[in-house]
Amino acid sequence: MNIDELREHLCKEHPDLCPLFSIEFGDGVLLVDRGRLFDAAADLKELGFDRLGMVTAVDRDEEFELVYRLTSRAMSCGMFLKCRVPRENPRGRSLVPLWPAALWQEREVYDLFGIEFEGHPDLRRILLPEDWDGHPLRKDYADDRMIRRPDYI
Amino acid sequence: MTMEVESRREVSGEDDLARQELVVNVGPSHPSTHGVCRVIVHVDGEVVTKAEPVIGYLHRGIEKMCENRTYLQVVPLTDRLDYVGSMYANWAYCRAVERLASIRVPERAEYLRVIVCEMQRIASHMMALGSSAADTGAASMFIYAFDERERIVELFEELCGARLTYNYVRPGGVSFDAPEGWTDRLKDFTNNHRTALSEMDRLFFGNVIARGRMKGIGVLSAEDAVSWGASGPVARGSGVNWDLRKHDSYSVYPRFDFDVPTGSNGDAYDRGRCRLFECYESCRIIEQAAAQMPEGPVKTDGLSRLISPRPGDAYDHIESARGSLGVYVVSEGGPRPYRVKFRSPAFCNLALLPMLAEGHTLSDLVVVLGSLDPVFGEVDR
Repeated sequence: MNIDELREHLCKEHPDLCPLFSIEFGDGVLLVDRGRLFDAAADLKELGFDRLGMVTAVDRDEEFELVYRLTSRAMSCGMFLKCRVPRENPRGRSLVPLWPAALWQEREVYDLFGIEFEGHPDLRRILLPEDWDGHPLRKDYADDRMIRRPDYI
Repeated sequence: MTMEVESRREVSGEDDLARQELVVNVGPSHPSTHGVCRVIVHVDGEVVTKAEPVIGYLHRGIEKMCENRTYLQVVPLTDRLDYVGSMYANWAYCRAVERLASIRVPERAEYLRVIVCEMQRIASHMMALGSSAADTGAASMFIYAFDERERIVELFEELCGARLTYNYVRPGGVSFDAPEGWTDRLKDFTNNHRTALSEMDRLFFGNVIARGRMKGIGVLSAEDAVSWGASGPVARGSGVNWDLRKHDSYSVYPRFDFDVPTGSNGDAYDRGRCRLFECYESCRIIEQAAAQMPEGPVKTDGLSRLISPRPGDAYDHIESARGSLGVYVVSEGGPRPYRVKFRSPAFCNLALLPMLAEGHTLSDLVVVLGSLDPVFGEVDR
């Protein structure tokens, strides 16, 4: 299935997701809100995206953007599923029931961004020690040992 | 192996020995782990009931460091991810940046990238096979494999001056053209390497002890391989025919004729043997690429040292020796990336360890870990 067939198929099967779909660099992008994240992921899985390749997040000032990348051998394109969660209450839905691949990757996002995933069976830090303060990949993270490069490069 | 006995089987009651779980700490340093990994193992007698990897000992915050550097300054950092296969992270990162900033790459550079990455695959698989063999006591296999790896490292040294962290693939091309006579020496290498591979196949995979240690150990089903996000030889050992070079073909790979070896049992033996057969295919690709490689520049002309892509995000992935290595780059328009994420195949493959090790003996845990071939620079980032 290529990207145009995917768009057509998605719009036919799930008309509610159709306006949220866009194409960037040949990959499909689906931007959903928090409440729909899990269902949208389940729909994409049903469409044939059987692999959860990557789970990550981006700090967008007021919000965090959760980024999921799905792939499949049956598709000639990749698929991004994006979801914005507010900074004051950073909570997402865990995709572990759909793909166990999310088990460690969501722990990593929790560790480095402090985003909690509802329904994750074992949400704790993975790369940093248990007693670490803060979440380093947030833009406002500060640490005495951090060295800032001069702006003139 | 360093082990600390944290609790002992206790004697309770009058005559009965109470069966109690023993918690054994393996690591945090062990030669089989190609880095620093700790595994907390619960054993019932000799049998593992639960194995929990504790990672992060090599976490250097590379993704955070990337946000503080220009696009070009990030390339040497990518060397330090998978230090057994630096070329891959170089290339995956450069592909993502080239996609984001619409940089075109000269054809000769694409061929050189393919050649060095296939050489890197051989070098990395030799490391994986040699060290996992050494863990099972096959010390001679280790020497044979490292001898082959050394030939490649020498060729890399000739090409770019470095033996481990190459910093060779740059946005817009590669840093150096191949020196004179290099492709001829490459051809000599692939010829000799095939002989060495069949020798290693007989020596190790034909050996009754190695078979006994690896067959039926750490069996991964094809369904689990897909849903757990396993890739590379770990997924292909289970019969999942998934190779980005073939199925999401990038660069000049569609021009080459090669096969994707897959296993059928999904055990440590099949994963290891998949790696060995992949080396044959890499030899084929190298020979075809060296023969087809056009003359011309190896760097894009007029590319600014301060790359400032338009705001947006881009993802690109390549097939590394460990699986699909992806790089996600977010730009806000400045000369530094806003966010860089490395999707590490070793991290995803290592997540399988608790499932695969369960039910095997403690000595088999080392075989399972070796067959997943984690490189901790990439796991911890």
